[in-house]
Amino acid sequence: MRTIHADKITEVVADLCMNANYHLGDDIYQALQDFRAKEESPVAIELLEQCIKNAQIAHEDEVPICQDTGFAVFFVEMGDQVTIDGNLTEAISKGVAKGYTDGYLRKSIVEDPLRRKNTGDNTPPIIWTDMIPGDGFKITIAPKGGGSENMSEVKMLKPSDGEEGVKDFVVDRIKRSGANPCPPVIVGVGIGGTYDKCAWLSKKALLREIGSKHPDPYYAAMEDELLERINKLGIGPQGLGGRTTALAVFIEAHPCHIASLPAAVNVQCHAARHKSVEL
Amino acid sequence: MDAEIKCITPPLTDETVESLKAGDRVSITGVIYSARDAAHKRLVDLIAAGEELPIDIKGQVIYFMGPSPAKPGQPIGSAGPTTSYRMDAYSPTLHEHGLKGGIGKGARGPEVVEAMKKYKGVYFTATGGAAALISKSIKKAEIVAYEDLGAEAIRRLEVEDFRCIVAQDCQGGNLYETGVAEYRRD
Repeated sequence: MRTIHADKITEVVADLCMNANYHLGDDIYQALQDFRAKEESPVAIELLEQCIKNAQIAHEDEVPICQDTGFAVFFVEMGDQVTIDGNLTEAISKGVAKGYTDGYLRKSIVEDPLRRKNTGDNTPPIIWTDMIPGDGFKITIAPKGGGSENMSEVKMLKPSDGEEGVKDFVVDRIKRSGANPCPPVIVGVGIGGTYDKCAWLSKKALLREIGSKHPDPYYAAMEDELLERINKLGIGPQGLGGRTTALAVFIEAHPCHIASLPAAVNVQCHAARHKSVEL
Repeated sequence: MDAEIKCITPPLTDETVESLKAGDRVSITGVIYSARDAAHKRLVDLIAAGEELPIDIKGQVIYFMGPSPAKPGQPIGSAGPTTSYRMDAYSPTLHEHGLKGGIGKGARGPEVVEAMKKYKGVYFTATGGAAALISKSIKKAEIVAYEDLGAEAIRRLEVEDFRCIVAQDCQGGNLYETGVAEYRRD
């Protein structure tokens, strides 16, 4: 067994909160430039250039890419040969409070959805933990903004709706979202599992690197087709018209019940932030 | 950027609002106010109760924005627009009481479009997610109401060359519709 100190996790999480919010991933930065080169609308070109310049400023000045520094969502992969000398949830939560306070990040969490009093330190985080074999420990933060999260949806399709039903649902969801989620977006799609698992898959899908191919050629082809269909919608950056509506579509599929075909879309704005650390 | 840029300074007159058309590039210099969901609710509740507002909104422009905290030496943190449709329930009442403009991201609903036609209002879009870049055009920020709301407090912002695009104008012009129609491929 390997022991990881809870204080170490807190320290690492505080850094992750800041790094993820200040430094846009190279893959997204590159994708913005690639789509800028292909864009035809003059307004869209201006807006994409602003996004690129914004990422440069945030990186150099170490300030948030977007003022909405998000709900702190974590994916933890913890080996079954690892113990923590403390409470994992508490350690991460303390790291979030420290990172969001010391890093001048916005506190966007209210303690009750209806009574809406701000918790003041952006806690609690949302933590998804997977047990894996071995003594590895990997923690990923994916701060999630409210504007794009609000455009997300789960739909319980019928098995007879099939592939076409899923694809139409995904494209329609992006069409109805219009300018709201800050396009160009990254589209996370969950297919299968249960109602809850499907939503989780669509969020997990957003962690993939832009440019990476789905390992299953069937889904890789579906991702390409969906990206093409979405970029034909004409929504464009900020919904003002253009060819660049989505930078990528990522699908995660899972076994499901003989009666079900759950599908979920988790929409991610162009300030697509995620960072990982292995301990 | 070759497009002509219209320079404006609030308070805006009806004539200025009428001269702004969907698609126009605008540079704002002067004072604007920031407010988002919670502050809008309070303003509209005060109007409903017949009480005075903490700021004079006549001719003014409200930026739908809640900034990240300022680092030492900065006037404000990152400061991009939030999604505007959440303010649709409140904006018509504010336009009725003299508000001239809103700045946000995403299209406004029919109730706001009607209010902008009736009371001469205009809706601008700033670039969502370009919050670090936009903060460079904000020279001074001070909380003028609802400090308890934190990021959602109302702030008086002194801006210089704050770049926006007219998204929806007081004649019903709508760049979200015309812009997308131009690039849609069925």
